Amino acid sequence: MLGLDKKDSTLLLIVVALTMLAPFILNPFPTESGLAQFNAGYPDLMQRFVIFGIFAIGFNILFGLTGYLSFGHAAFLGIGSYSAVWMFKLLSMNIIPAILLSVVIAGIFALVIGFVSLRRTGIYFSILTLAFAQMSFALAYSVLTPLTNGETGLQLTLNDPRILGISQTADGSIPVTNLFGLEMRGAFDLVVGPWSFTFSAGYYVCAVVMLLAFYMSIRIFRSPFGLMLRAIKSNQQRLNYTGLNPKPYTLAAFVISGMYAGLAGGLMAAMDPLAGAERMQWTASGEVVLMTILGGAGTLIGPVLGAGMIKYFENIFSKINDNVLHSWFSFMPDGLEDSVVFIIHPFVGKGWHLTLGIIFMLVVTFLPGGLVEGGQRIARLFRRKKTVEPKSAKTEPAE
Amino acid sequence: MGILEIKDVGKRFGGLKALSDVNLSVQENTCHAIIGPNGAGKSTLLNCLVGKLIPDTGSVMFQGQSVLGRSPHEINQMGISRVFQTPEIFGDLTVFENMMIPLFAKRDGAYRLHAIESVSNERTLIEEAEKMLEEVNMLDKRHMHSASMSRGDKRRLEMAMCLVQEPKLLLLDEPTAGMARADTNNTIDLLKQIKDERDITIAIIEHDMHVVFSLADRITVLAQGTPLVEDAPENIKGHPKVQEAYLGEAH
Repeated sequence: MLGLDKKDSTLLLIVVALTMLAPFILNPFPTESGLAQFNAGYPDLMQRFVIFGIFAIGFNILFGLTGYLSFGHAAFLGIGSYSAVWMFKLLSMNIIPAILLSVVIAGIFALVIGFVSLRRTGIYFSILTLAFAQMSFALAYSVLTPLTNGETGLQLTLNDPRILGISQTADGSIPVTNLFGLEMRGAFDLVVGPWSFTFSAGYYVCAVVMLLAFYMSIRIFRSPFGLMLRAIKSNQQRLNYTGLNPKPYTLAAFVISGMYAGLAGGLMAAMDPLAGAERMQWTASGEVVLMTILGGAGTLIGPVLGAGMIKYFENIFSKINDNVLHSWFSFMPDGLEDSVVFIIHPFVGKGWHLTLGIIFMLVVTFLPGGLVEGGQRIARLFRRKKTVEPKSAKTEPAE
Repeated sequence: MGILEIKDVGKRFGGLKALSDVNLSVQENTCHAIIGPNGAGKSTLLNCLVGKLIPDTGSVMFQGQSVLGRSPHEINQMGISRVFQTPEIFGDLTVFENMMIPLFAKRDGAYRLHAIESVSNERTLIEEAEKMLEEVNMLDKRHMHSASMSRGDKRRLEMAMCLVQEPKLLLLDEPTAGMARADTNNTIDLLKQIKDERDITIAIIEHDMHVVFSLADRITVLAQGTPLVEDAPENIKGHPKVQEAYLGEAH
């Protein structure tokens, strides 16, 4: 299907089903129940899932395949956001030109930064990308204030000179981003008994873009180009002596992943038309590294899982505060209730980073292949239970 | 004129004269061995041929073209393949994937961005890879993770990767170093087979005299960075200068 083999087609179909049915899957609890706070099916968060999924898919093309660890990819995300907002300000509220420009501009920046950074490998490469990202952050934060609006962030105003559109609507408000008239903010609720599901136009636009990005990444993984990138990670010396020049390959991978980041940044601005310098900060670059490693670097689906998990923690786990904990453990005697809440307290709410950190350490230590490896192990466990077959049926690498 | 002409090559590392006045001519379709005691400059000479080092003086011509100043991948594209002392393969990839990379390099040159086509659609290249694997008796291992193979298998894979590019000159850097006797003999057989069946020139650096005398048509003895003698194998064995170089000067 679509030039993919059977296994990849199945994977793509599963991802299509999951993203299309996400409003149902992420809202499994009735709105009135006590577990409703674990529902993640609201538009804002769902959009973030897929947007950061795109960011991580792109990052994985560089880090997962070539092994070059960039610590500055958030710069391209930020650049994408700024470009998109400028397009909204100057041209039109249609998201297509905005997203296209953000991809192109991020690609140009990636070409320049990659060209310089890729002269070094290993830790020096990482430090160079980090330095460039921090430079971009500093520029956006203070130096280039006319272009980026400094620490306030770039926003739409009521007197933007929009060439193909109006500066303000009839009732004097800022027009909203749209896709040929389909407003990104638009959503409708489907209420089934006690359940409520929200279908947002913005989410579905992001989801379709994510599926395209995911499909592209499968094609890249299975292409001769993808094979070369894995060869670069494995043994550059042999590649050189096999008549291949690794530099253009790594640069192409860097630019492609920068364009993915720009796409994510552009979509972010398309959903909510503002751009701030904090999107370029090194913590944001570190986050995408965590997502990729947590999900499984070098695997197809891993980065998306990692992105989903981190965003879920950031938005859902962080909402569990002391009041919620007390209501959960109210069945216990008072003294015991307080002590249980006291023990759990540091790990939830504002302490969600602590839990995430522990999970990250456990994953890296016991599942070096990330969540994907965990899934594979569970699948293997089931398969073994089903059919008791001789071990020699499959040759496995010794490592 | 030989296929490879090395003229007056000299190389210094600081105060150390690694190579001086090296003149060597490798004839087409022969196997030329370069032997010598440790520190004689064999590896330095080899590195000068493949673009890893640039000699201070002299010239290295391959088929009438200078290789000096070119990078390793350019030199490989000219038709020189190199086998390393410790097998250099793509350990994270399968045997089959290892074979596809040199085939892409041969067809597409040093760089081509083909990010959309699928590797599994490259029928002709896949056939070529399988044919080569069959030739070195590794077809049954094609899906194996190459890092998990034995050293002998890695060596065979590395040679297959070099041969599938159909190089005009194959450089071997101590191909049997650290190998068990059986593996060494297998490697000798494989090299003999390669030599007999293909139009290929082989230059080999080797410590193991058993290997050298079973393969070489011509032998150059290197000592202290300079060629001492160049002759046919049967004349090298008893040559007084060679014994002197290996056993030390007689007083």
